[in-house]
Amino acid sequence: MKKLNLPKLLIFVIVFYAAIQILYSTEMMNGYILHIINQSLIYVILAVSLNLINGITGQFSLGHMGFAGVGAYVSGTISTLVFKINPSTPGGMGIFILAIVVGGLAAAFVGFLIGFPSLRLKGDYLAIVTLGFGEIIRTIFNNIDYVGGPRGLLGIPKFSNFTTITVAALITIVVIRNLVESSHGRAMLAIRENELAAELVGVNTTHYKVLAFVIGAFFAGIAGGLFAHLLQMAHPTQFGFIKSVEVLIMIYAGGVGSITGSTIAAFALTFLSEGLRIGIRAIADATGLPIGGEWRMVVYSLLLIFIMLFKTEGLMGTKEAKLIRLKEVE
Amino acid sequence: MPALLSIKGMTHFFGGLKAVSNFSYDIPEGVIYGLIGPNGSGKTTTFNLITGIYSPTEGKVFFKDKDITRAKPYKIVQSGIARTFQNLRIFSSLTALDNIKIAKHFGSKSGLATSVLRLPSFMNEEKAIKKQSLELLDLMHLSHRAKESAKNLPYGELRRLEIARALATNPKLLLLDEPAAGMNPKEVEELMGLITRIRKEFSVTVFLIEHHMQVVMGICEYIKVIDFGETIAEGIPEAVAKDPRVLEAYLGKRGA
Ligand SMILES: Nc1ncnc2c1ncn2[C@@H]1O[C@H](COP(=O)(O)OP(=O)(O)OP(=O)(O)O)[C@@H](O)[C@H]1O
Ligand SMILES: [Mg+2]
Repeated sequence: MKKLNLPKLLIFVIVFYAAIQILYSTEMMNGYILHIINQSLIYVILAVSLNLINGITGQFSLGHMGFAGVGAYVSGTISTLVFKINPSTPGGMGIFILAIVVGGLAAAFVGFLIGFPSLRLKGDYLAIVTLGFGEIIRTIFNNIDYVGGPRGLLGIPKFSNFTTITVAALITIVVIRNLVESSHGRAMLAIRENELAAELVGVNTTHYKVLAFVIGAFFAGIAGGLFAHLLQMAHPTQFGFIKSVEVLIMIYAGGVGSITGSTIAAFALTFLSEGLRIGIRAIADATGLPIGGEWRMVVYSLLLIFIMLFKTEGLMGTKEAKLIRLKEVE
Repeated sequence: MPALLSIKGMTHFFGGLKAVSNFSYDIPEGVIYGLIGPNGSGKTTTFNLITGIYSPTEGKVFFKDKDITRAKPYKIVQSGIARTFQNLRIFSSLTALDNIKIAKHFGSKSGLATSVLRLPSFMNEEKAIKKQSLELLDLMHLSHRAKESAKNLPYGELRRLEIARALATNPKLLLLDEPAAGMNPKEVEELMGLITRIRKEFSVTVFLIEHHMQVVMGICEYIKVIDFGETIAEGIPEAVAKDPRVLEAYLGKRGA
């Protein structure tokens, strides 16, 4: 009944891509800003994929960064420790893509395992289990010497760039959007709306809850891999609870269930977070007040409280921008 | 004629409370079968046992001669039993149309990849799902609500939406839990027409729980009366209506 509005979305992304490339190459935009844009796009992947689990399927995962960690470490191990590639290695790009995909698959497998508690647990209880999972993952990385232990996995080649990250973000949005607009996605929405009623119109709720975790974790793993190959390292602290909460804030700020909302919030909050970091440092320098980066989280939390108070549904509610919406046929 | 649904010696306890006691049913194909009884007599529990929400403490449920006693609810639905809920269970933030489409889910053949890539076979299937769903809305006089968020629909329409959603699963047996509850007399009249029409057009067997005597006596061909989990009478409406135990236990209390 609906047809993918791909051309419009594609045109938008191409224009966005070209504009950034031009700004960057004419030095109207510096590498620092481009770096923040790259990070924002990775957060788009994280937020949109978490939205599939929390927003579309109505589960409550607090360990999304754990999946990203699996992707980061697995892909980093493949590229850095196994194949020892760097951007000038012939065929390096192919191995990089393989590493990223394998990282995503590894995360998906972990998502499959963590999806099981969701069959028995709901709400707060599920949140606590997924939170615990995220911390377990972090602790495991911290204790494996092969991947650097507490020092982290260093010397990862810098393969992620604006192009690869943009393509990955676009694929994530299109795949999850199309999924939601299918029988499979409707089954997931039904679970969010009323699990018992879903089961009693023939939805195998077990299957779809686990599937949401598997697909969400896959894309989180991809995002983690891209992060590792952007920052050239993977460190246990990058994938802790606080980081998962940041992604969670993005989906609630953007509107639970809205891919558009998650995308906008990922950009807005990544830039805000950077701005705050700089701003707080400037205030500290100018006034001599003993304030540091931790105040960022205070502002963040206040912001979330304001959103919840004045716009309970988040920026977009469950709505989608025209650009992302699928067009109806006939 | 073999029974479409056959329940043998079904008993169910909630802790120490015997909600259903040694029920047996043989519901032949094509009938409209009524289940009545005072509040708390075990009617909804009977539906919950048939649809697999609870497993009976004792007894068996056979559907089309197959034992479905411990099958999962979604499997039971897929085998051809659909139901509505006494306290509506609507997918309320979705549109009326999407409520129906969801129930067409398990009939869909498109796999994940086909769906995500929106291949032609998927698009054709989506078109068919939409068309059939709109037809069901139309049948239930809800066409004008297709694009409306279900939470904005009045109560009587939500009851009809649930029936449409149940029908979307292509059931052989339709379980309706107090379909007329909360409806005004005009809506009740309309509902009776719809139920008989559904039975004919979809060749489904209807098993309904109802307090409205007008509905039960008007459209049911066979009635079972229960009280405190026990069967106190069964038979054709005319006979049941005259049964002294029914008059005392049920009609006596409520009809006074
Ligand atoms: N999940 C449950 N746990 C414990 N007791 C229950 C449960 N469900 C129902 N009961 C009890 O079982 C008995 C039968 O309940 P049931 O809902 O089947 O009644 P009913 O005939 O549908 O009544 P009504 O006309 O009010 O809908 C009641 O005493 C009820 O309190
Ligand atoms: Mg009841």
